[in-house]
Amino acid sequence: MTLNDLEPGESAIITTIDDSSNESNYLMELGVMEGTPVRFVKSAPFGDPIEVDLRGYHLSIRRSKAQSILVQKF
Amino acid sequence: MPVTSVIPKTNNIALVGNPNTGKTSVFNALTGLRQKVANYPGVTVEKKTGSFSVNSTTFTVYDLPGLYSLIPKSLDDKISTEIIYNHNNDVELSCIVVVVDAANLSRNLYLFTQILDLQIPVVMALNMIDVADKKGIKIDIEGFKKEFNIPVIPLIASKRSGLAELKNTISDLVTNPDISQQKYMPIPDEITKCIGDFRNFVKNGFCESEVSLTARSLRIISSDHVLQDWIDKIDNTKIDEAQQSLAKARKRLLESNQHWSMLETKLRYQWIDEVLKTYVHTSKTDKQSLSDRIDKILTHKVGGLFIFFIVFAMIFQAIFSWAELPMALIEDGTNWLGQMVTQLIPAGALQDMIVDGAIAGVGSILVFLPQILFLFFFLSILEDTGYMARVAFMLDRVMNSIGLSGRSVIPLLSSFACAVPGIMASRTIQNWRDRLVTIMISPFMSCSARLPVYVLLIGAFIPQGSFLGIVSYSALTLLAMYTLGIVAAILVALVFKKFIVRTMPSSSFVLELPAYHRPNLRYTFLQLLERVKIFVTDAGKIILAMSIVLWFMASYPKSDESDTSNSSQKIEQSYAGKIGKFIEPAIKPLGFDWKIGVGLLTSFAAREVMVSTLATIYNVEGADETSGSLKESLKNDRDPVTGELLYSPLTAISLMVFFVLACQCMATVAIVKRETNSWRWPITMIAYMTGLAYLASLLTFQIGSYLGIGV
Ligand SMILES: Nc1nc2c(ncn2[C@@H]2O[C@H](COP(=O)(O)OP(=O)(O)OP(=O)(O)O)[C@@H](O)[C@H]2O)c(=O)[nH]1
Ligand SMILES: [Mg+2]
Repeated sequence: MTLNDLEPGESAIITTIDDSSNESNYLMELGVMEGTPVRFVKSAPFGDPIEVDLRGYHLSIRRSKAQSILVQKF
Repeated sequence: MPVTSVIPKTNNIALVGNPNTGKTSVFNALTGLRQKVANYPGVTVEKKTGSFSVNSTTFTVYDLPGLYSLIPKSLDDKISTEIIYNHNNDVELSCIVVVVDAANLSRNLYLFTQILDLQIPVVMALNMIDVADKKGIKIDIEGFKKEFNIPVIPLIASKRSGLAELKNTISDLVTNPDISQQKYMPIPDEITKCIGDFRNFVKNGFCESEVSLTARSLRIISSDHVLQDWIDKIDNTKIDEAQQSLAKARKRLLESNQHWSMLETKLRYQWIDEVLKTYVHTSKTDKQSLSDRIDKILTHKVGGLFIFFIVFAMIFQAIFSWAELPMALIEDGTNWLGQMVTQLIPAGALQDMIVDGAIAGVGSILVFLPQILFLFFFLSILEDTGYMARVAFMLDRVMNSIGLSGRSVIPLLSSFACAVPGIMASRTIQNWRDRLVTIMISPFMSCSARLPVYVLLIGAFIPQGSFLGIVSYSALTLLAMYTLGIVAAILVALVFKKFIVRTMPSSSFVLELPAYHRPNLRYTFLQLLERVKIFVTDAGKIILAMSIVLWFMASYPKSDESDTSNSSQKIEQSYAGKIGKFIEPAIKPLGFDWKIGVGLLTSFAAREVMVSTLATIYNVEGADETSGSLKESLKNDRDPVTGELLYSPLTAISLMVFFVLACQCMATVAIVKRETNSWRWPITMIAYMTGLAYLASLLTFQIGSYLGIGV
């Protein structure tokens, strides 16, 4: 499943990041990488972007990006 | 006599850290008011420097823009990394103070470890200790000191606690720099082996420490983006060799089961995770933090948008009502100054130029300063609380549909008050393409200077009565003008994105949502002061020059009869009048005559000058947009030859459409020049906006006439 499929409040571990675009590399520098636990906080009023909680801070990314982040619930 | 060779000490300190960690707060606390703001050469990123002394030794402090990593993403990042690496050989740093957010250690330590590898003396300023405490984060500071072998100073910058210790530590470190014990990122031997040859290749031509060389080589290997930057800088003849050496290193890494992609980043976070496990303990609190509870309300699916509208409606209301008094004072002030000069300087060209040109011109722009200030005041407070990031978050979807991102919302909204602060607010947009498009469409938002013109024309020409008995035609017209501006902005944004700036990297949206907190007023005022300086000094020069040119055109050559009582004739004789007559054939199809032509020219100083120009032409003393006499004169003006009424409601609508779309504001032009650092974009802006305005007015008037509406 991808980060998009989580419900608000659900936590998971990132298993794979599916592309190696500049934006993905940037996200990795922000700590979004394999093995990092994330919590899906909520999506914005119009459904996109989403807000996640990881490494103790909150980050907002678009759904198109979240699509390429694979996760596993725990 | 023995010659003592004194090595000149630079004593330059840089504050480096992630965005929002309190760098500027530390900077302000260290330097007090001993600071100055300038621009980095060639770009419009602010360069803040200040100084402080310990035992009569003076240190110069640089407040760098926040960044997440030494791999630059935005213009701000580039500036920071260039200073850190001393690329331009201008600032040699004797110490870097890394400001680390104690409540957000994991990601903050990433940049910190990158800085450690540079082998420059480092101090860790562990800021926001109070916030960390509240979150139940316990940090073993002695442990950190041992692990990294550097000074670690716990701080609460906003309360100035820990500052004396920070100053002393910096002073000690700079007088006695010893980095031999300073830790750097451990790299497994097998990886060091794989990249060894490439490292030697990178080394050529650079003199830097072994550690920092290894780190840099690893960074180049880890990311194609960094690789490209590096390749761009090396000698053309060596590129092939470089590529081969790199390919070999990557292959060897793969052979020893290490994927090279983002390897540096992975290693760093591995180290960080270990360090955090050893020295940091978080007591789990089940209760939701206050920030989370506030956020639930402020970004609620329905309520959040509603609150957003209320907040901004209130801000606009405040801007308009609170700014009234200071605006009146500034107007009186300019008048008074004009009178003083009239008394001091003998009548003549010089007096005219100073009073009617410079003072009146600059005064007409200065009246907007209170509005600009109020707007900035509210915006920077909202920014400081963390609410702005939420606005960008909530509205990103909407902006995305026209190819922009949520970061453009604030600049565009601010432009409804005045495009100048709006364009200045666009600096928070990381993506240059987004920023440029935002700047280019900001002037379409109907600003407060257009309002007097709308009010005059609607009052004079739009019939009384209401649509379906609910909304008056006047209100409807006003609404239509605002909507027209928004629609134009959307269309232009789409066109720009598609055709003009498409080669630049496309819009993306990755935004940190910081915890909410109480704003810091002292800090807000400091920021406000900077903005005023920029507006008055940078834009002011251009405005002054243009004011004098416009004045000259409107008052020369003087008519021979020197019949001073008839100002209308004076204008007709002037260059502006002549140009007005000259362009009359071109603007006739829009429904305008030469008098409006003159108004269009002079209103370039500022839109509302249109009203006073028309007043001068019609010889109405002291008229403003609500004055009955000017309205009547406009309404009843007749063609001297045919005796028909000159202006119809359709003319008025056509003229308003022109005002919505045309770029008649030299303050905007000046600020665009400043923010884009070239004349290319302001000139493009004038050209396309004028073209668009002409076309739209033409269509309005011609179609209207054809259908017989409002003639
Ligand atoms: N509670 C608390 N707040 C702090 C502390 N230090 C700074 N702040 C607040 O944090 C906010 C951000 O501080 P800044 O100094 O603007 O941070 P910065 O690192 O300069 O931010 P950028 O320039 O945007 O990268 C301000 O509202 C400060 O008042 C602290 O130690 N504790
Ligand atoms: Mg700052």
